[in-house]
Amino acid sequence: MARGAGALTRAGVGVALVLAALTLGTLAVVGLRAESAGFGPADVAALRFTVAQAAVSAALSVGLAVPVARALARRRFPGRRLVIGLMGVPFLLPVLVAVLGLLAVFGRGGILNAALAELGWPPVSIYGFSGVVLAHVFLNLPFAVRMILSGWQDIPAERFRLAAALGLGPVQVFRHLEWPMLREVLPGAGMVVFLICLTSFAVALTLGGGPGATTLELAIYQALLFDFDLGRAATLAAVQFGLCAVTVAVLSRLVVPSGFGAGLDRVPVRWDTRGAGLRLWDMMVIATAALFLLVPLVLVVRAGVPGLAGLPASVWSAAARSVAVALAATALAVPAALLLALAIHRGRGARWLEAAGMLPLAASSLVLGTGLFLVIHPVVAPERVALPVTALVNAAMALPFALRLILPPLRGIEAAYGRLADALGLAGWARLRWLVLPRLRPVLGLAAGVVAALSMGDLGAIALFAGQDRATLPMAVQQLMGAYRMDQAAAAALLLVLLSFGLFWLFDRGAARADI
Amino acid sequence: MLTFDRVTVAQGAFRLTADWSVPNGARVAVIGPSGAGKSTLLMAAAGFLVPVAGRILWQGQDLGPLSPGDRPVSILFQDQNLFPHLTLAQNLGLGLSPRLRLTPGDALRIEAALDRVGLAGMGGRRPADLSGGQQGRAALARALLRARPMLLLDEPFAALGPAMKADMLGLVDEIAAETGALVLIVTHDPADARTFAGQVVFVDAGQAAAPVPTETLFSDPSPGVQAYLRKD
Repeated sequence: MARGAGALTRAGVGVALVLAALTLGTLAVVGLRAESAGFGPADVAALRFTVAQAAVSAALSVGLAVPVARALARRRFPGRRLVIGLMGVPFLLPVLVAVLGLLAVFGRGGILNAALAELGWPPVSIYGFSGVVLAHVFLNLPFAVRMILSGWQDIPAERFRLAAALGLGPVQVFRHLEWPMLREVLPGAGMVVFLICLTSFAVALTLGGGPGATTLELAIYQALLFDFDLGRAATLAAVQFGLCAVTVAVLSRLVVPSGFGAGLDRVPVRWDTRGAGLRLWDMMVIATAALFLLVPLVLVVRAGVPGLAGLPASVWSAAARSVAVALAATALAVPAALLLALAIHRGRGARWLEAAGMLPLAASSLVLGTGLFLVIHPVVAPERVALPVTALVNAAMALPFALRLILPPLRGIEAAYGRLADALGLAGWARLRWLVLPRLRPVLGLAAGVVAALSMGDLGAIALFAGQDRATLPMAVQQLMGAYRMDQAAAAALLLVLLSFGLFWLFDRGAARADI
Repeated sequence: MLTFDRVTVAQGAFRLTADWSVPNGARVAVIGPSGAGKSTLLMAAAGFLVPVAGRILWQGQDLGPLSPGDRPVSILFQDQNLFPHLTLAQNLGLGLSPRLRLTPGDALRIEAALDRVGLAGMGGRRPADLSGGQQGRAALARALLRARPMLLLDEPFAALGPAMKADMLGLVDEIAAETGALVLIVTHDPADARTFAGQVVFVDAGQAAAPVPTETLFSDPSPGVQAYLRKD
């Protein structure tokens, strides 16, 4: 069994070591370069704001997701698959695009305030705490819906049949079937959203800011960009790392449902939910959720289409750079995640390898970038390697998601065919070539699509270092927003959406359709 | 000769012991109540379970250090005997080379093996395009190509109808005759043992008894065998 497997396992261990160096190593590099390690009152405020907004965002996302997931789990209607597909969009949507869409609805000149003005009511403001939470709910509610929906669909259809045979009504079904599932699934789903919101950067940059609404990641950005205060940045990053590490540690003890993949289109027959009132309520819930997601997206598209043809050349070249970075990040992250998954599956030191695979979730991409630049700086001018460094950072940051996607089906493949492969002496490369890769292909395509889309939309490390002539597309969007050229910003944002989902679609469909 | 030398195999709290030998080329049926450890015995011989005590020997050589793929063994499981994403020719090719580096001569041997089991010209098909019986034939064709001196069958035909099963047992008989292989077949049907096997290993209460001639087992059954035959 060991022939050739050794080299693959060693490569997987190498991936884990590189991840540790990229996350912990860069943090150490930044920390060592620090002259002081200040943590002032403003930083305490940032810490408090970060935790508070993440907690509220997670509670709202998950709390609101429950009725939506329940409605989707028990109703069959035309367009149901489309709605579930729509729920998958915001996770991959470039954050800046979501912000632009929300501004179009809830912003100063948005349709909501226009309506309020008609009624003679005072306007609402999207900036600050509530705006940050709104954006996070917009981005994470659908993901929470999909996670909770998958929990619902793990309840065997036979249980509902048994419940009907016993004459249980909706309340009893909830108590005996649905609540036990939710009690298991909700903490995990909530912690995932909490973790994502902890390291929020682009939302806080555009809708937050100021003393009252700065996240740790935004504070790191300000410390690096405006003050070049490495000590403060390192301290903030260490605090953020600790916070996220504790969250990840808690998360590893919880059930985390999958928000991706197949199986979300089954609807078990239900006998307890046939009442007209319940049906009406469910359809209202689904319609409201769909509108909440669709209206901002539609407004972005509508605002963007007219300007698309007239975009300046700089935006197009930024788009080309972003695509190149996304492809490079995908080429790095997916093989790395596969090697790591193979090493984890082999079992030796699996816990440590898996923890290494989760490290980037706790890391700050800004600190990661800064650390790399500090290392590279003496050798070559940082601007010149801005794009390769961004690709590497994006690959590392997206790797945990790819790993989460790959690991369960890999275990399934080994459970089903591992014995046969062993009996035939299939090991190492031959096993990879003839068993793992062919069967894992659709999942690898999905993982590649996720990595590419996440990298396309990321406004992270690059924002710090790249000059105007090396901007990526999200950076160009942000600069246009900053210059209040909203028409061009909308057009560039539309281009960003098209490219992100175009890449996702190409990878996902390409792998699924290709004949094995 | 296959020898179980004071072997104990453990699966959780379950223990199975065996201490006997069977000669090359023998046909041995392994029978006994469900959960008695029939499959466990085969898994130990195939290298999927490591004995906690004793040794399993082939021609006097300890099989302990050998991984499943390196043992002088071909095995057919209850299911999942073919990779669904590979063609039949590829599935058979894995029996010749785990890296699937096949020469033109190999391709001819694969075609001949398919022909031998009645699947001529079907090398390009995937397992999903085949019936259950055809899948069993393909797996047997691979065992024919591997030509290992031991053929272990873990109820691979349990899902087939009686006529089909008889066909498959006939095919196993022919293939074993051609390759001179020792056959150990797990079955829950005493009739299989009667028609196919010269010897029977009765597995019960954590013990795999030494093989006895099939006629003796059925004409002069021990109390354990009597109980088993009555229950089933």
